[in-house]
Amino acid sequence: MVGTSMVADAGSGVGPGRPAPGNAATLTISAKEGIAEGVVSLTLTHPGGARLPDWTPGSHIDLVLPDGTTRQYSLCGDRWDAHTYRVAVLREPAGRGGSAHVHDRLRPGDRVGVGGPRNQFPLVPSEKYLFIAGGIGITPLLPMVRQAELLGADWQLLYGGRTRASMAFREELTAAHGERVQVVPQDELGLLDLAAWLGTPRPDTKVYCCGPAPLLAAVEAACVAWPAHALRTERFTAAVQTPPVRKAPFEVELRRTGRTVTVTPDVSVLEAVRRAGAEVLSSCEQGTCGTCLTPVLAGRPDHRDSILADHERAVNDCMFPCVSRSCGDRLVLDL
Amino acid sequence: MTEALERAVVPPASDADPFAHDALLDPEPLHRALREAGPVVYLSRYDVHALARYEQVHAALVDWQHFESGSGVGLANFRHETPWRPPSLLLEADPPRHDAPRRVLREILAPPALRRLRETWHSVAEELVDQVLSAGTEFDGFAALAEAFPLRAFPDAVGLGPDGRENLLPYGNMAFNAFGPRNDLVAADAHRVAGLSAWVNAQCAREKLGEDGFGARIWEAADRGELTYEQAPLVVRSLLTAGVDTTVHGLAACLYAFATHPEEWQRLRQRPELARAAFDEAVRWQSPVQTFFRTATTDITVAGTVIPADTKILMFLGAANRDPARWTDPDRFDLTRDPSGHVGFGMGIHQCIGQHVARLEAEALLTALARRVERIELVGTPQRHPNNTLRSWASLPVRVQPAA
Repeated sequence: MVGTSMVADAGSGVGPGRPAPGNAATLTISAKEGIAEGVVSLTLTHPGGARLPDWTPGSHIDLVLPDGTTRQYSLCGDRWDAHTYRVAVLREPAGRGGSAHVHDRLRPGDRVGVGGPRNQFPLVPSEKYLFIAGGIGITPLLPMVRQAELLGADWQLLYGGRTRASMAFREELTAAHGERVQVVPQDELGLLDLAAWLGTPRPDTKVYCCGPAPLLAAVEAACVAWPAHALRTERFTAAVQTPPVRKAPFEVELRRTGRTVTVTPDVSVLEAVRRAGAEVLSSCEQGTCGTCLTPVLAGRPDHRDSILADHERAVNDCMFPCVSRSCGDRLVLDL
Repeated sequence: MTEALERAVVPPASDADPFAHDALLDPEPLHRALREAGPVVYLSRYDVHALARYEQVHAALVDWQHFESGSGVGLANFRHETPWRPPSLLLEADPPRHDAPRRVLREILAPPALRRLRETWHSVAEELVDQVLSAGTEFDGFAALAEAFPLRAFPDAVGLGPDGRENLLPYGNMAFNAFGPRNDLVAADAHRVAGLSAWVNAQCAREKLGEDGFGARIWEAADRGELTYEQAPLVVRSLLTAGVDTTVHGLAACLYAFATHPEEWQRLRQRPELARAAFDEAVRWQSPVQTFFRTATTDITVAGTVIPADTKILMFLGAANRDPARWTDPDRFDLTRDPSGHVGFGMGIHQCIGQHVARLEAEALLTALARRVERIELVGTPQRHPNNTLRSWASLPVRVQPAA
């Protein structure tokens, strides 16, 4: 259930899970370590030592595994370190093999494709925060806790898991924050007592929850009396059917220029269409600024930018060719 | 002494005043001298380190961890000096406080969200160009087009009321002067600070804003809890401060460029789809926003020079945009060039949030002009207007030949 693809609920406008995209950039696994029972952490760096695209707490990246499958993982590192990303991955015996691949096959030095980061679970301003994590759902909340601390906000974290040993980051959280953090291993203490911990609804407080569906359902039920938009959740869901990331070249037709260009895996669409004579303005070339927005006339883009929301991606009428690619054999662009 | 300090390079020093009128009116000679002096130059007059080469300016712009904005992006260091107005939640803020306002405004001004404005702005531009041409073929292109078009398009898009819009440009001029030293330009506006600020602040209130504009959308984000109600008016203020003058002088840069490069105007007329790239090339070539400051969060080593913590760094965007190490024939306005990567809109987390709005305005105006105008030429000496931050204009006397 956990650690596959994610759908964010941030108050309103929840779209369906989107097809997971692929590698905006190729990063190197610079470290891999077991950090709890069944959980490994991966540290990713740019092979050339470059800065990585900026992110905010709640962001996830798309990890494109060597077999072409894509999984989304929350960033749980420190964004003041511009050169590394960190994710933590739970082994899922019932999963589709993505987590097993990460656990069993990936090694330091391996390269993986990375898309995003994108944030559909942003930390909104508040005087107080109540964070509720279920298992590996701690990952997006970890940078939020640090952020709440930096902002001088009042916060509490309720962290549930199967067993103490399975709960990643448990020790550093309790060591750093003491009584703000309440750890509830199910085998010792049973299920989370949400009603008691949440208390009465307060207008100055936001509730953030990430974890498996039963926990989210319980938190949603416990928060019915809270003000609108007080509860913000991110759920891990069984993944929707995702197309494999193309390893094969694809064709891009430039309708106005009247040319067709083949895009091989080692070049971006932006680079390929420029070589074919199309003039496309760009700026950041990381999928974050939006300058290279290009209308799509036909075909289905493999969106890998940090800009479009799910419902905008689903329309498939535009793309950012600096990072995004193609799901199918052919794209037709208004260039 | 740290290892870095032991190996530190002493940067060349200069007593030049980049905020003196002659430098503001004609900055290229100073830019050239600073670029050639070295990757870091110490400006003794203001006790700041200056970056004028593309490589260092770009690196400083993206590195918010070491080059912070929260202590002010002008000469004043907010750690020690009181800002002249409550600081911007966007321009003068760092993560984490910068995150929520940036996210909200970015979504409101993102290209997909602007699509519905496209048709409207194209017709506003056509109407304006028709009006101007029907009144005569010789006019001040700055007032008649570069100022007039954004003032017709943008305040409506924000949802601003009809009264007092004449305050927008003087407010922007004042706000952009305030990033510089307290020189004569700042003194000249001192008597207007209170009045202009009061007007702008009043326009940011929810009840003053139309239901369908960017302003209303900012307040709706507060309803959803994505901003606080205290933040919402300040985010609207950012639109009103940074969204008008910059575009006006960017459009003026386009007109000046085409009036002085007739072959490029013909190229645009043949291929009007070049309008967006033409605007960016004009922004590169003229850099409407010339400079911004940052503050060192720690001792920072730049090309061997240690910039001490808590001191200000002056980034010359205009100089970086003409750095021959980055651009071929940089002083030439050239539509065959790919201007991608210019730093005229900044770069990184503070990169101009309204850049897509500005491009859409430029596309609308240039497309309308290209359709109606065969040739643009200067009929007098264009007049610059000195501003501590903006490369701005006072007049652009032009004659146009309407297309047959």
